[in-house]
Amino acid sequence: MTDKDPWKDLGRYTDARIVLGRAGGSLTTSELLRFRRDHALARDAVLADLNLFDLENKLGDLGLAILKLKTRAETREEYIRRPDLGRVLQEESTEDLKKYSGSYDLGVVLADGLSAIAIERNAPGFLKSFLPETSEMKIAPVCIVRHGRVALSDEIGELLGCRMIIMLIGERPGLSSPDSMGIYMTYNPLKGNTDEMRNCISNIRTGGLPVEFASEKLIYLINESFRKKLSGVNLKDNFGQNPGLT
Amino acid sequence: MAFKASAGTHSFTFPDLRTLLACASPEKSGDQMAGIAAKNEKERIAARIALADVPLRSFVDEPLVPYEEDAVTRLIMDDFDETAFKLISSFTVGDFRNWLLSYETTGEVIAGIRSGITPEMTAAVSKIMSNQDLILVSSKCRVISKFRNTLGLSGHFSTRLQPNHPTDDLKGIMAGIIDGLMYGCGDAVIGINPASDRPKTIHSILVMLDELRQKFSIPSQTCVLTHVSTTLELIRNGSPVDLVFQSIGGTEATNRSFGVSLELLEEAHQAASELSRGETGNNIMYFETGQGSSHSANANHGIDQQTCEARAYGLARHFRPLLVNTVVGFIGPEYLFDGRQIIRAGLEDHFCGKLLGLPMGCDICYTNHAMADQDDMDNLLTLLGTAGCNFIMAVPGADDIMLNYQSTSFHDQLYIRQVLGLKRAPEFDSWLQQMELLSGDGLLRAGNHLTHHKLLAYDR
Repeated sequence: MTDKDPWKDLGRYTDARIVLGRAGGSLTTSELLRFRRDHALARDAVLADLNLFDLENKLGDLGLAILKLKTRAETREEYIRRPDLGRVLQEESTEDLKKYSGSYDLGVVLADGLSAIAIERNAPGFLKSFLPETSEMKIAPVCIVRHGRVALSDEIGELLGCRMIIMLIGERPGLSSPDSMGIYMTYNPLKGNTDEMRNCISNIRTGGLPVEFASEKLIYLINESFRKKLSGVNLKDNFGQNPGLT
Repeated sequence: MAFKASAGTHSFTFPDLRTLLACASPEKSGDQMAGIAAKNEKERIAARIALADVPLRSFVDEPLVPYEEDAVTRLIMDDFDETAFKLISSFTVGDFRNWLLSYETTGEVIAGIRSGITPEMTAAVSKIMSNQDLILVSSKCRVISKFRNTLGLSGHFSTRLQPNHPTDDLKGIMAGIIDGLMYGCGDAVIGINPASDRPKTIHSILVMLDELRQKFSIPSQTCVLTHVSTTLELIRNGSPVDLVFQSIGGTEATNRSFGVSLELLEEAHQAASELSRGETGNNIMYFETGQGSSHSANANHGIDQQTCEARAYGLARHFRPLLVNTVVGFIGPEYLFDGRQIIRAGLEDHFCGKLLGLPMGCDICYTNHAMADQDDMDNLLTLLGTAGCNFIMAVPGADDIMLNYQSTSFHDQLYIRQVLGLKRAPEFDSWLQQMELLSGDGLLRAGNHLTHHKLLAYDR
């Protein structure tokens, strides 16, 4: 009842959905259901709330001081509809942050972004690799933000008094990658900074960029950034190819 | 000049034309976030009632962004043809809708006055039109464009083959192209969005595409969708560039945020024309647009996202493009919240583009944080197929693994051809038959001859 495509070999060269076969001209039942399953996983990743309890437990072993912060986006729907609200802290959170204001080399922010599971799955492993490499630096309490956007890291970094801020954030889920984490690094974080002042490491997940590699790359970028006193488009990334790329 | 209308017991006043247009717009999350949308349905319908009485002449006399301040306004005004406008010059927006729908107003009649229609007129009339109105009027308008084949003929429907790869791996891209050709895709263009903007990478993709096209004499065109300045540099260095791609918007400030000016587009258009690579015609520009880009760039001048989008078509029209593609759901739910808003926007964009004489296609798409799913895309595909859309995207399995969004697939184009009897560009259709991939009735062939098909044996 279905026609297989007699060119299966092509599938070796790409993860794209090729050589799917067909029922008439349409998707076969198994391919249709595979697509719908993957979309269901991606949708649930977007809508899921960050499990703070679980995340704190996982981070517990690392012996970090943790601050929990909220943005002005109250619900997932509001967060998705109004990106501007995810870039501003609630007043209470601003007050909390001020209590820890000081002079730090590095601030670390974890935000759910568009995939809370990306943070739950990848952030603890990443920090386990990354933090031991930062022993020379004075690090601010780690902030965990619910319903946060990338630009929020500027406000947090400025309030804490950090020379540099990094934000680990859940990326917009792809159909085949619902749990991909990105890291944004900004030198001299100030409210109102724009995106060209940041460097980004993307696609950190099982099956994507390994946390160990992302950690090494970030250390390289941080050192370069401190040396040149800038970040963003003018900080060229010469760290080298990602593993597995041809 | 202020506009007044009432709905029920409420009366509303709209201080100027841009406010009236924004309030008359169908609900869009982007206009709401920008604070310019109608506050409720009463205000929206009052705005529509008032808008229906606005003379078309107002859009010529009162530019939404002043002539002195904005290069897109200047282009629209300078291209405006008063003589062509004459036939509709006494119309209100409401009259214009009635006229477009009347039996006597054929596609030829509309084509005859196109140069007297401005983007703002199309946006205005679309706001008082239902979805079926948009489909009906669009279906009257055929816009034909040519480079190596003939696109946009009545009863025909084309696809851009879009086999992107997250690391621009050449073998990965080629695997997607071969699979797509076996499914009969790629007559609009074989077009790659590169992950990298390095000229060296772009050059190697362009060379690979050109060698494939020449090897099999494929009657289509190829494109790597990189910034126009990069394409210009590549042309000067001898890369095989068929089409010049660029994303554009409806205000000068939007285009500045894309790093584009009118002068730069003209320079690239000139450079690509001089290559004389076209065979059936010389439409060489490929533009992409999408509602919300001006909002996102803080460059909307208080104008609603759909009117900004129509203004981008005014810019596109100036260059007689081969392809204009509204990438309707890519921008995300903060601008088009759900399937309903995406579908409406897709119909509006196609309508406005066609009315202005553009070869409109649509990337029928959504991201995973939008309240939409593949059924919404099926709906929009069916509606746009009925409306006479020129082309859609053909993405492997509808899942773009580089751009991380969902569009339409190789299988989707087979579906719409089957239910609506739509054929590919004639040159491409003949080629597929010669290649023994397509039967005379336009259906894909199956069988043992495919196992050793020469496309599969192609080794770069």
